[in-house]
Amino acid sequence: MQSSELILDKSVISLKGSKRWSEEIIKGILFLCSLLSVLTTFAIVWILVKEAGVFFQEVSAFDFLFGTRWAPLLEPRSFGVLPLVCGTLLIVVGTALFALPVGLATAIYLSEYAPSKLRSILKPLLEVLAGIPTVVYGYFALTFVTPMMRLVSDEVQIFNAASASIVVGIMILPMVASLCDDTLRAVPDSLRQGAYAVGATPLEVNIGVVVPSALSGIMASFVLALSRAIGETMAVTLAAGATPKMTADPFVAIQTMTAYIVQVSLGDAPAGEIGYQTIFAVSALLFVITLCMNIFSSKLLRRFREVYE
Amino acid sequence: MISPDLSRRYFKAKLFRVFCMSVSWMGVLILGVLLYHVCREGLPWLDMQFLEDFPSRFPKKAGINSALFGTLWLISFTALFSVPIGIGAGVYLEEFETKNAFSRFVDLNISNLAGVPSIVYGMLGMVIFVRFFGLEESVLAGAMTMSLLILPVIIISTREALRAVPGTIRQAAFALGATRWQTVYAHVLPQAFPGILTGIILALSRAIGETAPLIMIGALTYVAFVPEGPMDEFTALPIQIFNWASRPQQEFHELAAAGILVLLAVLLLMNSIAVIIRHRLENKNQ
Repeated sequence: MQSSELILDKSVISLKGSKRWSEEIIKGILFLCSLLSVLTTFAIVWILVKEAGVFFQEVSAFDFLFGTRWAPLLEPRSFGVLPLVCGTLLIVVGTALFALPVGLATAIYLSEYAPSKLRSILKPLLEVLAGIPTVVYGYFALTFVTPMMRLVSDEVQIFNAASASIVVGIMILPMVASLCDDTLRAVPDSLRQGAYAVGATPLEVNIGVVVPSALSGIMASFVLALSRAIGETMAVTLAAGATPKMTADPFVAIQTMTAYIVQVSLGDAPAGEIGYQTIFAVSALLFVITLCMNIFSSKLLRRFREVYE
Repeated sequence: MISPDLSRRYFKAKLFRVFCMSVSWMGVLILGVLLYHVCREGLPWLDMQFLEDFPSRFPKKAGINSALFGTLWLISFTALFSVPIGIGAGVYLEEFETKNAFSRFVDLNISNLAGVPSIVYGMLGMVIFVRFFGLEESVLAGAMTMSLLILPVIIISTREALRAVPGTIRQAAFALGATRWQTVYAHVLPQAFPGILTGIILALSRAIGETAPLIMIGALTYVAFVPEGPMDEFTALPIQIFNWASRPQQEFHELAAAGILVLLAVLLLMNSIAVIIRHRLENKNQ
């Protein structure tokens, strides 16, 4: 009661002036806060363009993007980024094979089958997985997943892409499940009822009607989750190794783009050195790839929303 | 072609249900295995000596004191920067901004920033805060980098919380002659506070666990002192864990597990405090 009287009082006073300066000042401060996010974007683009620009004066963009040997720190130097891209791709494919089907099946269970009480237990439990720091997953891959794999086969190296993909998959699983769950629940019930009315079984309703109706939303969450996997750093640095290599074998050591950036910065590369410039070129590539995927994902999601909301 | 054999079709449907159910619980099972593995490796090392000692070349003498306090320093300053700015930006975009080309651009910008890999923020921090502003590898540089990283999360959750406050509350305040800021400050923000708080805790939890940006700005991996001011060098829990886990010796892996237990305990503590505060506030509001 007291506070509303106070407000009334203040507004009466401020009505005497023609303009409420305090209101304008506050609005200005709040505007600056939101401007900071725009500045952040510009700053990121600016430093990447500026530092990568220095790099591309020495190495042609063609050699960088299509070269198949990455040895920027050792003589003879070579700046072909493809081995790093290949390593990242190997991680992403492995992650996708695990996290996408499991995530979608979990989402189908959560939205279509699970009773609401069970759902309210299962969903937060899965979200705990998303809250665990990535360095913990790296440790888990190195000390649990890899030794398990080595029990099965001696061919598996201590650092390998498969083990890193599995933990990155576990990491993004809750994200896939939760986003897919949201889209499945947005599918109108009339579609399900129509399918049941013509005699479809629950399986046929889910696979034949609900999932296809939500397809653009499901795709959007897949793309978003994989873009997260591309940017993942600590788990792949710890578990996948530091050997840039063009290979499709998931059981040998590789190096991803993010792991390379960490390796260089741990070695304290001096500013102005070409080795230091390479991490900006690699980050610029990483930034462009993830940005494209994020934009593509939000386009897909908008299409899904236009249909159902 | 759908087979006319009903019992077969229903059997398949049942099988699919069981499949989805077991796959869903697999996630929980993995969580259990992970926690069990960390506890089994780390618990024997977890004692007061581990919490009080500094990192060492000798596993028996190694402790996590400087990393624990480094993380507390880092997270306090991160909260100091990111919470007011994040809430301010969220309030501006949700309550003050009129829909136009600029607001759509800011919207798009924030949702894209949320998807930028954390290591890229690390590069930004390294160039802008460490080198350009000359803050060196200080707590301040780390906190500013982390703030930029978690700002989109805070802004997005603040906006969602504000959107959930019914418009009638604003209209009632306007009808009594309150200005927009008075309305927001006295009526909308208190209502939205539990939601905003949840977002803040989520964002800060993410900042506690982030490793890559700190490595980029050069937070030291061997620090045998506790920071005494914002300009001091520091190390943090995830960095210390990374450092131990990347060594080949088994003892250091077990130390890493003990470090992980401390990290998870800090996260759990923060989240439970948030749950309690939220619960109280929601009861009070009703």
